[in-house]
Amino acid sequence: MREELLAIIEKNSRIDLKELAVILGVEEIDVVNELAALEKEGIICGYHTLINWEKTSIEKVSALIEVRVTPQRGQGFDNIAERIYKYPEVDDVYLISGGYDLLVSLEGKSLKEVSQFVSDKLSTLDSVLSTATHFVLKKYKDHGTILSKKNEDEREKITP
Amino acid sequence: MRNPLADKVVEMKPSGIRKFFDIVSEMDDAISLGVGEPDFDTPWHIRDEGIYSLEKGRTFYTSNAGLKELKIEICNYLERKLGVKYHYNDETIVTVGGSEGIDIALRAMLNPGDEVLIPQPSYVSYEPCTILAGGVPVIIELKAENEFRLTAEELLNAITDKTKVLVLPFPNNPTGAIMEKKDLEAIAKVIEEKDIFVISDEIYSELYYHEDKYNSIVNIPGMKERTILINGFSKAYAMTGWRLGYACGPKEIIEQMIKIHQFAIMCAPTTSQYAAVEALRNGDDDVAEMRQAYNQRRRYLLHAFKEMGLPCFEPYGAFYVFPCIKQFGMTSEEFAMRFLEEEKVAVVPGTAFGDCGEGFLRISYAYSLENLKIAIERLKRFVEKLQEEQGK
Repeated sequence: MREELLAIIEKNSRIDLKELAVILGVEEIDVVNELAALEKEGIICGYHTLINWEKTSIEKVSALIEVRVTPQRGQGFDNIAERIYKYPEVDDVYLISGGYDLLVSLEGKSLKEVSQFVSDKLSTLDSVLSTATHFVLKKYKDHGTILSKKNEDEREKITP
Repeated sequence: MRNPLADKVVEMKPSGIRKFFDIVSEMDDAISLGVGEPDFDTPWHIRDEGIYSLEKGRTFYTSNAGLKELKIEICNYLERKLGVKYHYNDETIVTVGGSEGIDIALRAMLNPGDEVLIPQPSYVSYEPCTILAGGVPVIIELKAENEFRLTAEELLNAITDKTKVLVLPFPNNPTGAIMEKKDLEAIAKVIEEKDIFVISDEIYSELYYHEDKYNSIVNIPGMKERTILINGFSKAYAMTGWRLGYACGPKEIIEQMIKIHQFAIMCAPTTSQYAAVEALRNGDDDVAEMRQAYNQRRRYLLHAFKEMGLPCFEPYGAFYVFPCIKQFGMTSEEFAMRFLEEEKVAVVPGTAFGDCGEGFLRISYAYSLENLKIAIERLKRFVEKLQEEQGK
């Protein structure tokens, strides 16, 4: 049940427990217990909402920043990653294989705000060797959801 | 002027679904649970392969029986899925959907007057295709108390000296019924004893929710030699519009089917064949994912019917449920028509799939859970209204 449960709530965390139990073919209490266990084990880390901010009047700018750093003896990249992810402005921090080390994504109110964070905070950290900032121009798909998708059913209404 | 038409065709009843379709398509705001095809798009990697084949200019006929690499993949698939071995070269043909496979199998096997056993409720094409092939359809009426499975007794009672072919339509459209191994074993005895042949339409074989492993009739000893196995890509890979299916069976029959196919069709669509190679090579995960989604919806509907007091046996296959509406004292068509008019939801009357579908409705769950919820809400309201009317 675990895998199927996770697959469902990864796409729809608002589904109610009763319905979840029905479509999984188990008792509601089993779902409750399983969810509690998943939360406790740190497998479920949060319940977020996917928002297409472009459709609101709120201005937001997001950026992906490639960061090259010097790993520290005994700490590897963990220490510097921690120094970066502790900034509340930062949304995601990934250690990456290939041409650079950390991929940092963040959202700000304006280009200026994001640039300022990069130049003032990020690039001035001791172990940071260089940064390359990529601003997002348009989001087509986010967390597996196509943002501009039309949802029309083009099938014939009745077929044998 | 002389009558330009063939009597055989003029006398054929149009599909019962057609009438309903015409009414529904006039209603813009109607929501439908009447569709017999998946709601998923064909997985992108499969579509991509089709596009790539066009870009490469693969726009020619393939050999009549189908692309060699596709036939090999079909045989590999059947071996890994069912554990049966077919030879790609002379026991396999790629067809234009499962429908063509059914048609040419009947045409290859029937002499005038040969009887074809057709269990109903079932898909609408078996009867007319039998007639067009010069055969005589003999209907076996399946029963709700058997969960619409075919029993050995029913089969035996329908067999005469003229019986040649049994059409085996499981997992079933419209009932969602399946045949478990023990059911297949029971009818296999009769089939062998009476020396008849089988056309097994297994187009829904991947949409199977029973905990036991899927079994085809060809898994039962002695049956592969006398069975044409029909399958295709429409339901499993959500590829209805690509029009691609296949048939496997004894060389002597397939050879003759290829003859009809080569004159009537030439070959199945080339683009679709290339896409299908990709589907069989790398599509198992997609199928599993869609199956899981269908199964969730199936559980949801059965639960909802139970709550509103609509009797329905648990169907383990396809994407249909077949609830019974006899308690309301209406025919299936009356129920479906009123439901459409009053709640704007289209379902298909069971009678569209044979007279013995009377008293039942086919409800498709090839719809997202969100859409099913809206429709079920309306069904609940409608059923409550009917119950109230009856109470008066």
